[in-house]
Amino acid sequence: MSSLLNVAHVSKRFGGIQALDDVGIDVRLGAIAGLIGPNGAGKTTFFNVITGLYPADHGVFELAGRPYSPRSVSQVTQAGIARTFQNIRLFKEMTALENVMAGCHCRSSVGVWGAIIRSKANIKEEHAIRDKSHALLAYVGLQDYARHKAKNLSYGYQRRLEIARALATEPILLALDEPAAGMNTSEKVELKELILKIRADGKTILLIEHDVHLVMSLCDHLTVLDYGKVIADGLPHAVRNHPEVIRAYLGGTIT
Amino acid sequence: MQRNKRFWLASAVLLLILPWLVGATGGNYWVRVLDFALLYVVLALGLNVVIGFAGLLDLGYIAFYAVGAYSYALLASPHLITQFPALASIFPQGLHFPLWGALIFSFGLAALFGVLLGFPTLKLRGDYLAIVTLGFGEIIRIFLNNLDRPINLSNGPKGIGSIDPIQIFGINLAKPLSVLGLEIPSLYLIFYFFLIMAVLIAIVCSRLEHSRIGRAWVAIREDEIAAEAMGIETRNMKLLAFAIGASFAGAAGVLFAAFQGFVSPESFTLWESIVVLARVVMGGMGYIPGVILGAVLLTIFPELLRSIAAPVQQFVFGAVLVDVEIIRQLLYGLALILIMLYRPHGIWQKPDSLKV
Repeated sequence: MSSLLNVAHVSKRFGGIQALDDVGIDVRLGAIAGLIGPNGAGKTTFFNVITGLYPADHGVFELAGRPYSPRSVSQVTQAGIARTFQNIRLFKEMTALENVMAGCHCRSSVGVWGAIIRSKANIKEEHAIRDKSHALLAYVGLQDYARHKAKNLSYGYQRRLEIARALATEPILLALDEPAAGMNTSEKVELKELILKIRADGKTILLIEHDVHLVMSLCDHLTVLDYGKVIADGLPHAVRNHPEVIRAYLGGTIT
Repeated sequence: MQRNKRFWLASAVLLLILPWLVGATGGNYWVRVLDFALLYVVLALGLNVVIGFAGLLDLGYIAFYAVGAYSYALLASPHLITQFPALASIFPQGLHFPLWGALIFSFGLAALFGVLLGFPTLKLRGDYLAIVTLGFGEIIRIFLNNLDRPINLSNGPKGIGSIDPIQIFGINLAKPLSVLGLEIPSLYLIFYFFLIMAVLIAIVCSRLEHSRIGRAWVAIREDEIAAEAMGIETRNMKLLAFAIGASFAGAAGVLFAAFQGFVSPESFTLWESIVVLARVVMGGMGYIPGVILGAVLLTIFPELLRSIAAPVQQFVFGAVLVDVEIIRQLLYGLALILIMLYRPHGIWQKPDSLKV
């Protein structure tokens, strides 16, 4: 498999804290890659750097064989990386359908004039956006909630809606920041199925997750961060037995 | 569908005869109030784009109204001719810019000012944005107040008078018009003209709202970072909201100047910005019918108080105990507080889509 996202030598400093120190990740096309690490290891910071939210002090970024510069979030999304947020960031007052429709923004093009005079192209595009959004809601199992406001959905459904909205941007890489956080067991099982379905449909997935069971059962490849450094990188079972990883998680070696 | 059609037809007929009804019962004064209500509808719809859709708290909105009003005042009054004799030889008939031209011109000019205000404030949110826009509004007003020296552009606090009245297709709306023997008074004509403008702008707003652009604005209002993550270029979209909102105010300014025949900086104080903001918030921020209702009600209500405050006191107490102006402000403020207490999302808020 070829490399889809190749990021190397990323450094990021916040004042006196070196949040990321020469971090890299290589996500293969069609894989589910996991990024794990104890609290404060720099996972989310790394995630935010990749997706353009924080500017990196240093780093080399390559998506699908082409260099990209994560200077603004919208440009990264347009380049093909969509993300969700650890603390769900939906458009709360909009309906579920409108949330997904807003996600279609960067793959549609009608401008002010088209909208005002309601040109043929505009009407056609609006229909296409609507159909696509309904299809995406159905894809994540929210077809019955299209007209509910996002803020009124249950927690698990909000997570799903966020994924649907991210998929609306037609990403080649879907980056999920702790998608299972706060979910109960059955919701996690459903989430796992959803992630596997998305992968089966040809998307590559990068996952930050705390839940070790979920990560171990989902990911093809793991990268472990601790104190802003990569301490292990490889197949899940190999990483699990890596002494550095055990030390980072358990605070010592197993004797 | 049939019912919908009937509803629109009934509204159209009602609006058509409204000035006659009001004129017959309340006289010209109330038709004039209606004219102003429509002007405020245009203003409120414009501000709604900025605040209601994009969520950018703009307290200097009236500046764009001033830009529109003054551009028409300068283009269609003797002021510039008398100040610059050189111009008089180029325009021996005097400066009489056609209203349509002025509308288009001030549309563009106000939009430009909108972008001008938008640029330095792109990174600001909430209170900080409000402070900068407030300052911007005041700067424009102070400029207008002082641009009578060294060259007299704005005529300072004295204002500019003798502005050409509204004239469309050769019909002067400042004079009564005879149609098939029916004499239509000037204020009624202006009502119809303003109505057309307000309806046009309401349609434009509604179409924008239900488009890719409108969704992007609301997304920015709800969560700017998430909006960015959807690939929305928040910078451009915010500038667009500022420009479109401003251009509506610019158009309203032209209408105002032509209607009044006189402009002065006094009409463009911070108070006016707040008055427009109150209409948007009270009506139902982000919801076009609510904003329209807010603009109409909040224009009519204080006038209503003005005319009934004295007779009611006379009737109840046998004498006018409190000065009309004082009790009017008091009751007006009280009404605003009550609306916010009992209808915090506005008088007519966006219905929950589930119930539709």
